[in-house]
Amino acid sequence: MGDAAILVEDLGKTFGEIVALDGVDLAVPEGTVLGLLGPNGAGKTTAVRILTTILRPDRGRAAVLGHDVATDPDGVRNVIGLAGQFAAVDGNLTGRENLRLVGRLTHQRKAVVGPRADELLERFGLSDAADRTVRTYSGGMRRRLDLAAALVHKPPVLFLDEPTTGLDPRGRNDLWAVIGELVADGMTLLLTTQYLEEAERLADRIMVIDGGTVIAEGTAEELKHRLGNTIIEVRLADAGASQAARARLEAVGAAEVLDDGRTVALTVGDAGRAVLEVVRTLDSAGLTPEWLTVREPTLDDVFLQLTGHKAAPGAGEGEAPPTGRGRRGRRGAP
Amino acid sequence: MTSTAPAEVTSTLEHRSKLGWAVQDALTVAQRNLVALFRVPTTLVFSTVQPVIFVLMFRYVFGGSITVPGFRYVDYLMAGIFVQTVTFGSINTGIGLAEDLSKGLIERFRSLAMARSAVLAGRTLADAVRNVIVIVLMVSVGFLVGFRVHTNVASFLGAVLLMVLFGFAMSWVMALIGLSTGNAEAAQAAAFPMMAVLVFASNAFVSTRRMPGPLRAYAEHQPVTAAVDGVRALLNGGPLAGKVLGSAAWSLAIVAVFAPLAVRRYRRAA
Repeated sequence: MGDAAILVEDLGKTFGEIVALDGVDLAVPEGTVLGLLGPNGAGKTTAVRILTTILRPDRGRAAVLGHDVATDPDGVRNVIGLAGQFAAVDGNLTGRENLRLVGRLTHQRKAVVGPRADELLERFGLSDAADRTVRTYSGGMRRRLDLAAALVHKPPVLFLDEPTTGLDPRGRNDLWAVIGELVADGMTLLLTTQYLEEAERLADRIMVIDGGTVIAEGTAEELKHRLGNTIIEVRLADAGASQAARARLEAVGAAEVLDDGRTVALTVGDAGRAVLEVVRTLDSAGLTPEWLTVREPTLDDVFLQLTGHKAAPGAGEGEAPPTGRGRRGRRGAP
Repeated sequence: MTSTAPAEVTSTLEHRSKLGWAVQDALTVAQRNLVALFRVPTTLVFSTVQPVIFVLMFRYVFGGSITVPGFRYVDYLMAGIFVQTVTFGSINTGIGLAEDLSKGLIERFRSLAMARSAVLAGRTLADAVRNVIVIVLMVSVGFLVGFRVHTNVASFLGAVLLMVLFGFAMSWVMALIGLSTGNAEAAQAAAFPMMAVLVFASNAFVSTRRMPGPLRAYAEHQPVTAAVDGVRALLNGGPLAGKVLGSAAWSLAIVAVFAPLAVRRYRRAA
């Protein structure tokens, strides 16, 4: 693991009777992005807190650029930046003052702190608001300032704990663009998120975590291929028609009626042949679909299959990608 | 063991000793707190409203019925008011830290390679500065209601120093409470009864002589009484050394016990 910027072995942490982390291993190569994906309470934030020296692990080992969190916490602190879901900036200070404060507290020379703060304000589109107190900022502006504060000392490794949770779609897109630039610059990034789209968009590799353990790991593509199949969805006029269709379509692939009662989802291997069979089957049964779609499985499907429960509430509803029409009711695919 | 940080990271770092950084980081945090204090002066105002009401109440409502041998009551009273003001004022330290904690600022600070003592030392230092301002305001209020200093400027400054020192000591107690409770309302609720028992069961407003036995024993051997004794002697004259030393000793002892406890709590706060 010579190239691992972040290395975690058998990490465990318990709070009273609650097991937050139960033997997590991970390695993030330098210059890559790992997305830690999981629902609330999965253990993502605990992992970040341990890696940023805020919490001590009960067992296991965690190191950043070779600095062990237990034996050399200041060494870790010097090479990391942390931006969190709580937007930890001081509302009583201006944006500029917040960045200078962090600059001084990270022991940067005075002469570099001012220009560095200005540079970050400019880069994150906060120059106009630089001298306003942060309490007047919008949620998106606060998050950008929080991220800027994590970068004042130019850390080579960055931790983002649910960076866009609670942001509106525009704020989320703005922040994604900013994070994308950091990634393009070669920063090593560990990102936690409840949003499947966020992990897919920003991360090189994704680790799905639930109940304090890693339940899957891979690229977004690899995770999707775990389902190994294409999904065909057919919507019919009513519940009766959909049941009739499902019964007949079982011959083509694993078929299931979704929560809306009218859509039949079919998991198939050979998409082209299957579409023809579906059309033929429906036609011969006298069933005319309202529409028919063919799609690749999304991370939502993967998550559902792996964990047996849905991804974060809200992750696919309204704010996230327009790919999610009502398929969330489907239970584990074959 | 693996790679090192890019050169630019280290080249912009300033180098100081560990102690040097502990002092510098504390001053940096103190400055941050003072900027906030002057930008949002409501806490400063509220720090004085309650003691002003106490001055008016004890001076004009109860004062006529209270006699303390050897003192004009207003002179006796004001020494107690000053100590009361810094004691209750220390609750702000706990509230401020509890807010920093609940807003995630402490989490950020703890992820930085800054001194572990700095957030607390910076907060208690800033609150000591706030106390100086509040004391100046309260002395002015005292003058308006007839309070006079019967010693000299040096003694008066010594009295102010004792008050600030005692407030600083109580700030460390409140720092521990603020970090332990983790939210402003709980910190205030937890602190008030304790502060009230310290301030009211003392010689701040009345002599302890007429208190029933056990209460009197407590009242005569607790830090607020010691602080008030020192301040009162410096403002009114009379035997000094023992009282001033007693007051300073209490304050230093409180810092010696509570500062390490608070820092330990800070290291674990989450």
